[in-house]
Amino acid sequence: MVSTPAPEVASAEPKGGPLPPIKTEARDLSFYYGSFQALKNLNMPIYQHRVTALIGPSGCGKSTFLRCFNRMHDLYPNNRYEGEIRLLPDDVNLLAKSVDPIEVRMRIGMVFQKPNPFPKTIYENVAYGLRVRGLSSKAMLDDKIEQALRAAALWDEAKDRLQDLAFNLSGGQQQRLCIARALATDPELLLFDEPTSALDPIATASIEELMAGLKEKVTILVVTHNMQQAARVSDYTAYMYLGELMEFGETDQIFIKPKRKETEDYITGRFG
Amino acid sequence: MDSTMSRASTAAPSRAPQLQDMRALIAAGKRRQVMFAALGLFCTTIALLTLMAAFLDLLIDGLPRLSIDFLTNFPSRRATEAGILSAWVGSALVMLVTMFAGVPLGIGAAVYLEEYAKKSWITDIIEINVTNLAGVPSIVYGLLALGLFVYQFGFGQSVLSAGLTLALLILPIVIVATREALRAVPGHMREAAYALGATRWQMISGHLLPYSAGGIMTGVIIGMARAIGETAPIITIGALTFIAFLPGSPITSAPPFINFDWLFAEFTVLPIQMFNWVSRPDKAFQLNAAAAGVILLVMTLAMNACAIYIRYQVRKKIKW
Repeated sequence: MVSTPAPEVASAEPKGGPLPPIKTEARDLSFYYGSFQALKNLNMPIYQHRVTALIGPSGCGKSTFLRCFNRMHDLYPNNRYEGEIRLLPDDVNLLAKSVDPIEVRMRIGMVFQKPNPFPKTIYENVAYGLRVRGLSSKAMLDDKIEQALRAAALWDEAKDRLQDLAFNLSGGQQQRLCIARALATDPELLLFDEPTSALDPIATASIEELMAGLKEKVTILVVTHNMQQAARVSDYTAYMYLGELMEFGETDQIFIKPKRKETEDYITGRFG
Repeated sequence: MDSTMSRASTAAPSRAPQLQDMRALIAAGKRRQVMFAALGLFCTTIALLTLMAAFLDLLIDGLPRLSIDFLTNFPSRRATEAGILSAWVGSALVMLVTMFAGVPLGIGAAVYLEEYAKKSWITDIIEINVTNLAGVPSIVYGLLALGLFVYQFGFGQSVLSAGLTLALLILPIVIVATREALRAVPGHMREAAYALGATRWQMISGHLLPYSAGGIMTGVIIGMARAIGETAPIITIGALTFIAFLPGSPITSAPPFINFDWLFAEFTVLPIQMFNWVSRPDKAFQLNAAAAGVILLVMTLAMNACAIYIRYQVRKKIKW
């Protein structure tokens, strides 16, 4: 299934049954901030309707890798990609110069580290992505917004206060609002950049629960500092170090039987 | 380090001697703090008192002359019959032109510099120039306007020329304030909009401008408040000091209901009217000048109050 040349690190090996289809795949991906190479020749598949976690010590490039998928790096000068990120089944290279980064962001959603709702109403926050896509019918908006809020497990808390300003919500609710905002546009892939690092344990648990349910609808790639979180929510885990992909595999395998000494040291807390 | 070591030994030595030193240090620090607070209060008082004294002086002289008649009369040879009708209407019309010309230009330039222009040595030079423009003496703008608007473009000694001149004057203030306000919008707000597929303009119009509206409006109004008191550039382009008629009304009863003749009318403004009265030997005219000064000050303070209110209203709704 993995069509890239096998990376030096261990690739995912199924314990049983065939691998799920690949949704997107990094091929020989390198990334440069100016002259600094932040990502070194990454090869990794992201499986459809699965949660893939990126772990590794600070500065290992996991957020940089995540932000390649929606071309966030294009917003800042002197950034350069090499290699490809293929999005399947269309098999387009998301990083190609001919592909508009706005089109990429229309297809791939993102949830940020700090809850960052717009200083607008709850309704308008969820509506924004839809409005950008040209949707203006009130009935359609209402409908999609309800669906998105339900999918983000926020509907019951928010349905009576849709016209309230979003910052009146609690931190965890704000983050679920940001998830609803991303879900409303029906993304093919949803990126989470340390989505719970600014939240308390209870809000964190609700977001994790949400992610586990969301993979029925959308493929998820999540960066996390928290190894327990990776173990709890993800089906596949990638361990990165100094811009390189050290090991990638099923989460159980990575946490129970890592193939590389470095991975084991990091996971057991001897390093990082 | 220290605490772990003391925990390791069974009986920690008493810290009493260090404590005394520490308390002396804190007391000395607090004395300095009180001294600085007193100094600050003194400076604030001086600034406030000066302002109050100036305002009271004007008020005492001018208050007896303030009446509806004073606002609705044209200037006159007789001090008691003279009013500021043509002056305040002139000021209002000039401000209107200044606002319509200066504000879009300033905001547009700021958005371009902040959001579109690639950072390079050219933008650095532009940035330094814009900042320096704010410090150019206003009479220099007057000279520029005399050559450019009055003669080159043939606008004459008109409301339009004056409005455009003051627009140039407030341009750097508006640009600097707008850029500051745009910069105050956190990067994660921009990224949130972009991540949803917004184009640059959608991000700017849907997020940046609304969120920074408070700061922008403040800059605009502070600029306008400065412009309304400007005298030198308006004299330079040739405003009259004695006007006993009003420019044509901008709104007419016959179609097309809008009239732009007022743009090319001759005019005077409040500070010039004041200057004219102050320079007369007759004491009665000096009182008129004081009364006009009160009106001018009230207009300026009202504008500043507006700025504060708008900023408060916008900030109340925004939290990052």
